[in-house]
Amino acid sequence: MKNFFATRWGIISVGAFIGVFAALLQKWGNPGNMGICVACFERDIAGAVGLHRAAVVQYLRPEIIGFVIGALIAAYLFKEFRPRAGSAPIVRFVLGVFAMIGALVFLGCPWQAVLRLAGGDGNAIFGILGLIGGVWIGTLFFKGGYNLGPTRSTYASVGWLLPLVMAGFLAFRLIFPPINEQAQNGILFYSLKGPGSMFAPLSVSLGIGAVIGFLAQRSRFCTMGAIRDFILFKQVHLLSGFVSLVIAAFITNWIVGQFHPGFTGQPVAHTMSIWNFGGMVVAGLAFALAGGCPGRQLFMAGEGDGDAAVFVLGMIVGAGFSHNFGLASSPAGVGPHGIAAVIVGLAVCLFIGFTMRKKA
Amino acid sequence: MSKKIDARGLSCPQPVLLTLEELKRGDEKEIVVLVDTVTSRENVMRAASSKGCRVEGTESEEGGYKVVIRRN
Repeated sequence: MKNFFATRWGIISVGAFIGVFAALLQKWGNPGNMGICVACFERDIAGAVGLHRAAVVQYLRPEIIGFVIGALIAAYLFKEFRPRAGSAPIVRFVLGVFAMIGALVFLGCPWQAVLRLAGGDGNAIFGILGLIGGVWIGTLFFKGGYNLGPTRSTYASVGWLLPLVMAGFLAFRLIFPPINEQAQNGILFYSLKGPGSMFAPLSVSLGIGAVIGFLAQRSRFCTMGAIRDFILFKQVHLLSGFVSLVIAAFITNWIVGQFHPGFTGQPVAHTMSIWNFGGMVVAGLAFALAGGCPGRQLFMAGEGDGDAAVFVLGMIVGAGFSHNFGLASSPAGVGPHGIAAVIVGLAVCLFIGFTMRKKA
Repeated sequence: MSKKIDARGLSCPQPVLLTLEELKRGDEKEIVVLVDTVTSRENVMRAASSKGCRVEGTESEEGGYKVVIRRN
């Protein structure tokens, strides 16, 4: 059977679906220009379980749970669940940590970067340029033989671990739901103001997340791969999905009155262009070296990829470091140690890229 | 003669890079690429057909998938 979603029109329709529903999720309660942001949502999850205590970004985002579960369902339905692991997991963890740190200096993952652009936020342009720059550096390493080594097939339960963690998170969310004006319920923390306090209803977030997870597994939607394949092979397959996401989100924002062009006063954004750029260089390079954007890592984890799961956990822990150490930006600008974190992150990624090469 | 590339366990872009490198450098009429995910199979097939080769993807008897690439 031919997989429609793996065709050009397939990936374009998946990108459009994500763009439309990301914009609508914002209308239905998610924060401004943040209908879906994989990095921010994992950061909010880190806050919800208390890995950091930044009061404005704590919410156990059901979209992330949906992404993994949806991909798992698609993988099983189409016999593509392949439990595998063992390709340098510690490297993937560290890359996940710095990917998150870089993304939080910009304030967003690649999805969020283009969603911010589609909402009129001009600062996103510098983030997108940084993303392209970071992925470009990554392609140089690929050409130079960078390789984290092969994975091995393993027990099905290895592939189940991250989906089970997500199921556990869902259970937490159901047992300890948000209570009006209460910053904590049981073990979960909630934001009373700021982006963490803004969310669409649970069923909507979870449902849309699961459908996106399903479609993205079928289509292999990846924003980092979109840029990488274009630079490396001049292939526009994944890129057409990414572009379709931007256009669909832009049109939807326009229709529902969410398009507000400008640089200042944008939601979840700051105007320090150099660090919007620099943060995303680090994030883009980390995604490239780890083989997928944060969304794609969640979908691969749902397909049984234990190394992608380690990257995801790295990102969640990285969010803890980001907020606890003052590395994350805020609308006021970069955090007190954000610039140092970008420099260290770049050094770590370059160290990984230069030293992990298979000699021909 | 056919050239065999074992890209099992490698994640993208590696299988595609190895395939394109062989297409550029080698001269065998037929290249057989072994991969272990459907994603890699699709990517290798897409890359080889964009280079004007005939491609055929099947299940492999050694586990995973086999892509047979023939130059025109």
